[in-house]
Amino acid sequence: MNRRAFWRGYRDCAPFILIVVPYSMLFGVVARDAGLDLLQTMSMSVLVIAGASQFTALALLKDQAPVFIALMAALAVNLRMAMYSAALVPHLGHARLGTRALMAYLMVDQAFAVAVNRYEKPPAMTPSEKVAYYFGCMMLICPAWYGFTLLGALLGQAIPPELSLDFAVPVCFIALTAPLIRSLPHAIAAAVATLASLLFAGLPWSLGLFVAAFLAMVTGAQAELFLRRRARRATP
Amino acid sequence: MISDSAFWLLTVLLGIGTFLIRFSFLGFLGGRQLPEWMLLHLKYVGVAVFPALFTPLVIWPEATGGVTDPIRLIAAGAAFVIGLRVSVVWSIVAGMGTLYLLQYLTG
Repeated sequence: MNRRAFWRGYRDCAPFILIVVPYSMLFGVVARDAGLDLLQTMSMSVLVIAGASQFTALALLKDQAPVFIALMAALAVNLRMAMYSAALVPHLGHARLGTRALMAYLMVDQAFAVAVNRYEKPPAMTPSEKVAYYFGCMMLICPAWYGFTLLGALLGQAIPPELSLDFAVPVCFIALTAPLIRSLPHAIAAAVATLASLLFAGLPWSLGLFVAAFLAMVTGAQAELFLRRRARRATP
Repeated sequence: MISDSAFWLLTVLLGIGTFLIRFSFLGFLGGRQLPEWMLLHLKYVGVAVFPALFTPLVIWPEATGGVTDPIRLIAAGAAFVIGLRVSVVWSIVAGMGTLYLLQYLTG
């Protein structure tokens, strides 16, 4: 039963290999370009496994920013994962501490989105199936992240800019968002996030992302409450 | 050139910090029942975070030095519509495919 849930997660996450492969290779290439050796490049990918923050930290270090500033900026990029962590509590909080620590280490955007999307759709999964499904998702993404960072670092050749691989990142997040828009409140929250991210783009340390996400979450929740109240009034 | 000591200090601290962020709620709250109002908000984490991540990247791409590129807007739109109607794989294919096609056509 659990084995089935594991492979289900593995399969459901498979499309994101299309993104993880070029993105992790790009990190390998950029890291070598910045002067890191193979061990350093791989250590960063294995210790951090959070692409956006790794790129941020590297870019700042290369510009001779103080370590503290580079660290704070990179951590700000990762703050969104505190929200993932909270969102996973109702589904995975029952697991043992060691298991939860491993789940925390492996928590990446794509797998989080795929897992939560599945948990909230029928048919409902048992708690242990949810854990198996989560690891299925991560077991595909994370090894690919290490492996293709290594390949990029070994090839060391700059990927031709005509491939516009930078665009793979927004496309990935668009593909993650679309299936999550399941109701009117979800659509409203996404719209608020879009507008607010532009409005607050000027805030330092990627805090605009955080503010926009927070506003969107509150708006989505309020919209759901509003619709519930209205439905209750309509059918007394 | 990045100095070795700066690199290792940053990488180790970033690794620890990132783990603590990921561990935070899942690790410390564990199996505790979350209050209803919090569950209500957490349902919207995905739709709140992802658009806030990709919108600035689409509107002000780093590759063009932050100048808005109509081709990228159209490609992003294609990825979104196909993602809503068809599937994740086709959304990615449509996004990158539209980008390459339009870049090719416009030279």
